[in-house]
Amino acid sequence: MSAYTASSRRGFPWLGALVAVMLVFASVTVQVARDRRYPQSQVDDRLLYVRSGEALKRLVLSYDALAADIYWMRAIQHFGGERRSTSTRRYDLLYPLLELTTALDPLFSAAYRFGAIFLSEPFPSGAGRPDLAIRLLQQGIKHDPRWQYFHDVGFIYYWHTGRYSEAADWFQRAAARPGAPYWLTPLAAATLAEGGQRGASRLLWEQLRITSDTEFMRQAAERRLVQLNTLDLIDRIEPYIVRYAEANPYGPLTWERLYAAGVLRGIPLDPTGVPFDLNPWWGTLTVSEKSSLFPMPAEPGPRPPAHP
Amino acid sequence: MVIAKIAVNVFKESVRDKVLYNLVFFAVLLMAASYLIGQITAGQDVKIMKDLGLAAAAVFGLFIAVFIGIGLVSKEVERRSIYALLSKPIRREELILGKYAGLVLTLVINVAVMAAALYAVLAYYDATVQGMARERWDAPALDPALLKPIAMILVELMLVTAIALFFSTFSSPILAAVLTFGLYVIGHFNADLRNFEQVVESRTAAWIARTLYYVLPNFAPFDIKSDIVHGRPVSLGYMAWTSGYAVLYITLLLVIAILIFSRRDFK
Repeated sequence: MSAYTASSRRGFPWLGALVAVMLVFASVTVQVARDRRYPQSQVDDRLLYVRSGEALKRLVLSYDALAADIYWMRAIQHFGGERRSTSTRRYDLLYPLLELTTALDPLFSAAYRFGAIFLSEPFPSGAGRPDLAIRLLQQGIKHDPRWQYFHDVGFIYYWHTGRYSEAADWFQRAAARPGAPYWLTPLAAATLAEGGQRGASRLLWEQLRITSDTEFMRQAAERRLVQLNTLDLIDRIEPYIVRYAEANPYGPLTWERLYAAGVLRGIPLDPTGVPFDLNPWWGTLTVSEKSSLFPMPAEPGPRPPAHP
Repeated sequence: MVIAKIAVNVFKESVRDKVLYNLVFFAVLLMAASYLIGQITAGQDVKIMKDLGLAAAAVFGLFIAVFIGIGLVSKEVERRSIYALLSKPIRREELILGKYAGLVLTLVINVAVMAAALYAVLAYYDATVQGMARERWDAPALDPALLKPIAMILVELMLVTAIALFFSTFSSPILAAVLTFGLYVIGHFNADLRNFEQVVESRTAAWIARTLYYVLPNFAPFDIKSDIVHGRPVSLGYMAWTSGYAVLYITLLLVIAILIFSRRDFK
């Protein structure tokens, strides 16, 4: 009691507190100075200590859902970081991270659905691995056969691999699942009848835009619809240039030459306001790499390899 | 009556020991997480808030159950206050049961406040989220079913407390902590012991493993967090059976603890 009274009489230790605050500032200052003089080397943090979902599930005891959330956030950061990267993009940890996430929490639907989008998007805006995206969704179907996963598999077959009969089959299977929306059956039929045609693609994205419950998916669908409109625009302009190129095969085509010849009234821009790239020999138009619409979807016909 | 008095004393002691400060950490953790999570989870904020809240309640509760549980009896012996206690008209079984009830009371209050804090954060989310975003939730933010995993966490913590108290009656606090954590970890791998015959040929080894499966505490069935967060049903029957198992195991541990403590010589 007497010790307590004695210490309380001393009052608040202002000097000690001041010293503590000064030491905090000093340590921060030293850190800042050190970091300026000796910039930290860029250590490659693209490392997964545990790759087995089964092993990880055991390690985290009953906290598997929380561990799944942490791996999910890591997957998003990896995807976002690589996508924004100005150096060589590598999405090599994306699938292992998603696989760990879903092994820890097999009912984590966002990990399957968003993960499949991240994986299937063509390189460099995505991993360009529709095969892994389909594998991930098939894992999801094993645990929870909801129609959305079947639809997403069909979607990837349709959009990223151009295998329209498989896409139609998966849309049909999605339509047969409980709670599936009415438009899946006509979509399956349209896919089978006119797979790869812009009309079927537009139907697919329009449905996704209307029915999607996430802003990310809605924005993706809107972007795809703009891309389809851009393809329509190219189809309208390109024949004039190609005809002129065939009739006047005297050296490379330029916008100035086309303007002077009265073929165009100005440099054609895509819907984002970026000029199209002009092939100087054939007169074909493509969306510029500087445009946010790049890369454009492949139309029916030979497709580039999915893997970057 | 004596048991109730001892229980209240244990609770007061835990308040004096600033055990309830963990609630402040819990609240700060949830509030900080609620701000940060929305930025980096691609719309999975409510799921992650629930996961985080339930896991944090379980972890904080586990540490309280173990680190206070192991000292319930051994601390009295170390301080030699056990002599003063036993000289009073208190039977040894009353002391054990009172100590156990006191720590359970502390845990109940802890878990209840954490549950209220979790619901408060979820209510804030629910009020701020736009209508369409709710459609991607597996279960509503203010899901009453969340009380089910919270109840199971509490029952699990009651079992952990009984284990800690049991070890506390005959071993040092450090050893008791190691043994309690050891049993907690083993209790999550019990399913492997059950299926041991699938990986070994020896029938004796398989039999021993299966016996251990039934004898050691099985913690895995208490974990229904993920099911509820994903909006999956967990029947009251399942919870009743799991709670019944816990009650029987707790009773067993307390009976053994009383037997050991009754025979201890404190001369």
